[in-house]
Amino acid sequence: MLEPLHVSLASLNIVTLAPMLIAIVGALSILCIDMIKGGLHKSFYVMVSLLFLLLDLGTVIDFGNIFLKNGPVLGMFDMVLVDGLAIMGQIIIVAGSMLFIALALTSKRFHEYNNPEYFSLFLFMIAGFQFMVATDNLIMVFVGLETASLALYALIALHNRSKSFEAAVKYFTMGALAAGFFAFGSMILYAITGAIEINQIASILAADHYANIGYVLVAVSFLLAAFGFKLSMVPFHTWTPDVYEGSTAALAGYMSIVPKIAGFIVAMRLFEFLVHSGVVWLQVILYVAVVVTMTASNIWAMVQTDVKRMLAYSSISHAGFVMAAILIGTTQSNTALFLYWALLSFTNLGAFTMLWVSRQKNLLPGQSSDHPFEKFSGLIKTMPMAAIMMGLFMLSLAGIPPFGLFWGKIYIIASAVSGGYTVLALIMALNSALAAYYYLKLIVFMFMKEPITEYGKHYLTNASLSLKTIIGIAAIGTIFAVVAVNPLLKVITLFVYNSGY
Amino acid sequence: MQEHILSILIFFPALAAMLGFIVHKDSARAFGVTVAAIEFFLSLWLWHLYDPMTSGMQFMEKAPLVAAFGINYLVGIDGISLFIIILATFFTMIGIASLTETRRVKDLIVTLLFLEMTMVGVFSALDAIVFYVFWELSLIPMLYIIGAWGGPLRIYASVKFFLYTFTGSLVMLVGMLFMAYFYFQATGQWSFSLLEWYRLILPLNFQLWLFAAFFLGFAIKVPMFPFHTWLPYAHGQAPTIGSVILAAILLKMGTYAFVRFSLPLFPDAAVYFMFPIASLAIIMIVYTAMVAYAQEDIKQVVAYSSVSHMGVIVLGTFALNVEGISGSIFLMIAHGVVSGALFLLVGVVYDRRHTKLMSEFGGLASVMPRYATIFGIMMMASVGLPLTINFVGEFLSLLGFYKQSHGFTLVAGTAIIVGAIYMLTAYKKMFFGTVTKEENKYLKDVNKTELLALIPLVVITVWLGVYPKPILEPISKSVESIVQLMHDKAQTPEAQKRIPNLGNPEVKNSQQETH
Repeated sequence: MLEPLHVSLASLNIVTLAPMLIAIVGALSILCIDMIKGGLHKSFYVMVSLLFLLLDLGTVIDFGNIFLKNGPVLGMFDMVLVDGLAIMGQIIIVAGSMLFIALALTSKRFHEYNNPEYFSLFLFMIAGFQFMVATDNLIMVFVGLETASLALYALIALHNRSKSFEAAVKYFTMGALAAGFFAFGSMILYAITGAIEINQIASILAADHYANIGYVLVAVSFLLAAFGFKLSMVPFHTWTPDVYEGSTAALAGYMSIVPKIAGFIVAMRLFEFLVHSGVVWLQVILYVAVVVTMTASNIWAMVQTDVKRMLAYSSISHAGFVMAAILIGTTQSNTALFLYWALLSFTNLGAFTMLWVSRQKNLLPGQSSDHPFEKFSGLIKTMPMAAIMMGLFMLSLAGIPPFGLFWGKIYIIASAVSGGYTVLALIMALNSALAAYYYLKLIVFMFMKEPITEYGKHYLTNASLSLKTIIGIAAIGTIFAVVAVNPLLKVITLFVYNSGY
Repeated sequence: MQEHILSILIFFPALAAMLGFIVHKDSARAFGVTVAAIEFFLSLWLWHLYDPMTSGMQFMEKAPLVAAFGINYLVGIDGISLFIIILATFFTMIGIASLTETRRVKDLIVTLLFLEMTMVGVFSALDAIVFYVFWELSLIPMLYIIGAWGGPLRIYASVKFFLYTFTGSLVMLVGMLFMAYFYFQATGQWSFSLLEWYRLILPLNFQLWLFAAFFLGFAIKVPMFPFHTWLPYAHGQAPTIGSVILAAILLKMGTYAFVRFSLPLFPDAAVYFMFPIASLAIIMIVYTAMVAYAQEDIKQVVAYSSVSHMGVIVLGTFALNVEGISGSIFLMIAHGVVSGALFLLVGVVYDRRHTKLMSEFGGLASVMPRYATIFGIMMMASVGLPLTINFVGEFLSLLGFYKQSHGFTLVAGTAIIVGAIYMLTAYKKMFFGTVTKEENKYLKDVNKTELLALIPLVVITVWLGVYPKPILEPISKSVESIVQLMHDKAQTPEAQKRIPNLGNPEVKNSQQETH
């Protein structure tokens, strides 16, 4: 007969679950509201989601204050870990989601926004990502990852176009494979250490001086492949452009920011101790992955004819760039990762929203995709303000100072310099030059070519006041980033350093 | 207001450009001229306030940007940057005043005003990152000017211009980050302040690598052989105003940066690379002079001759003594005036005939006498005729390098003769002989607007050629302090020998004030 389990409620520290629970309660209440009174306008659901996310964000920030006073907090049988990384990650996830959910307020009607399930899935997904970053436990990571991914697949498919179904199925298949890899890798780690918490795995492996190095390497290969899929590292990136193309621009922009930061945080927890363990093989493989991801995706991006596909490859290259921070593995580089991602989220929000506002319902004859470069031809003559905005976001993505991403870029390269990775720093710098070419291509189309009239009437048709406001927020965030860099650096360094990374 | 005059000078055009969006397009040009004139008079006022007896930085302003990473908004000028800033504001003013472009004038004016901000910014920045920000930002207006108002190959030319310079400057950026990191290792604090970097003495092998990284960024901008291939395209496709600004100011960023960064930061490396760079400079002088001779397009002749003279500037800079560096800085200004004027002159005839081929002209001297006279004066100045502005700079640059090597200077000197050959041939083809083409018989001579731009340039050319002292003196004062700093920092015996010790106690004192 089993002994009754005695656990005091206080030791559970249930409050650590509060941020995720708020998102889940939000999701459930949207479903309940729909049962009571259906057919509400999408603006209602957007605002309700925003309110819950605001509460969520407030709780996370509150945890931030507690963390700075008392250090990391554990809860729920040590399943939940609230440290600096978790808090930074959750802030970026929730704040990013708040900016992107508002993109549903288009002036045209889209199928998915009429379903309240869309918003409920959205909140479930956020809870999933929050679980994923706020834990040290490989099983919890897995559960969070899958919750979030399944919701995301559904969100893509809800767009109700053949290309969206294709994208969702493709993403799902690849995601399932990645999940398998992740489970297998964690299983091997469990087999050799008997632990599923990353810090315990690290200390057990260190205690026996990596005696089972062969198994560790197999496990790491599987985990690397799993994260390769999730973070779209070359050669596991093949799904990215198709999925971006099939999703709405709003969702594609979201995918380029939020799921990836969650992935980066887990990758940071997992690979950091391995990089520092002195396993040369791992450093080499990570080095190669970073360089190939940056360079190859930049080259592919050059030959794209569709802006959204180009941005998809560009986001792969940004992921590679940021992965370098994990390879370098100093406090400075980890700080740089968060800084870069926070700045990237503003710029990418702007760039994808600019695509989103010019979304057509139907393609013109001879038009092969939603956003071919020709669509933006001569925009400076027809809509100067829109052209300047788009040009601004492109320049920021290319890393032209003093716009947002430049500051993230120099901080990562500086961390490579001070981490002793001279060649990597040079490769990163030269990759920015490669990348400048394709961002410039759009600027060339917008500023130097003649307008093509039939596209003209489709431009900005989708722009409601809310969307224009979001573009304005993104533009201000991009132009005046320099003001925010210093406080951001200070706060992030504090959080990262106090979490021991 | 005096203590903030540099910030005003930098951001006034940008602010005006933003307001310029609202100005109606018919009044855009008048707006542009007004703003540029105010800016020019502000820069003259700066000269008036400038104390020529101090060699250190003046009008310094400092405000933290990213304090945690040692980035500050730090600006200040000395005798070296002062006159290049005045040159920049002057050329923006006469460039806008003599603008003949009719397509989308407002966009062009706004772009030019933004460009003016970046130019003044580059020459007054004393923080490496601020310098880099303006340096990169200057590419975008130029990209747009070439790409939107240029000739048939404009997109290729503008993208090539952008990518070349951008690649070079990214390597330079890595160099800057290394400098800041070495400073961090030495002092425990990140800093991008140039003045603080000056105090850092690096081992020779570090200096060599960093020198190379910075050199790539600067050399592409100058442009030095073999990185010069973007320039003929850019000049060939750019509208007149683009070529004028490019030749007169933007190219000077490279040579200015040599003086501001490469020499005082890496004196040993500068000596180490002195002869390789001098060789490149001489190849650049001779080779592009020959290429210029082979051109059929008058604008390409001016473009290649401009590259050729940039070679003399680089040679003078790497003489590493007061005569050479002062001469090269004076030549920067002279070259700005002369090549800017020549591009304006080419623009005059292009506006009338819409061709730049020399074979299309001939005998213009009888049709357009005033034009021929001004062109003649400027051509003579370009060739380096004594009592014109270029002569002073070229003579000093070569004199400076003569102290380092006689042979090199001799070869470089012959290039001036080649310069005379191609320029005089070009002049002959265009202006002498009989008028062969029917269209040329009734060409109008230069009009008032054009004279408004050209006459001041002629006056400057002759005035500073006869009496260069008001500019040359403050320049050499500031150069002396740089040379002394280099001598004090030099570690290798070779460098200590090559860089003269001025040993002037007064200079030394003011040097310490600089820090």
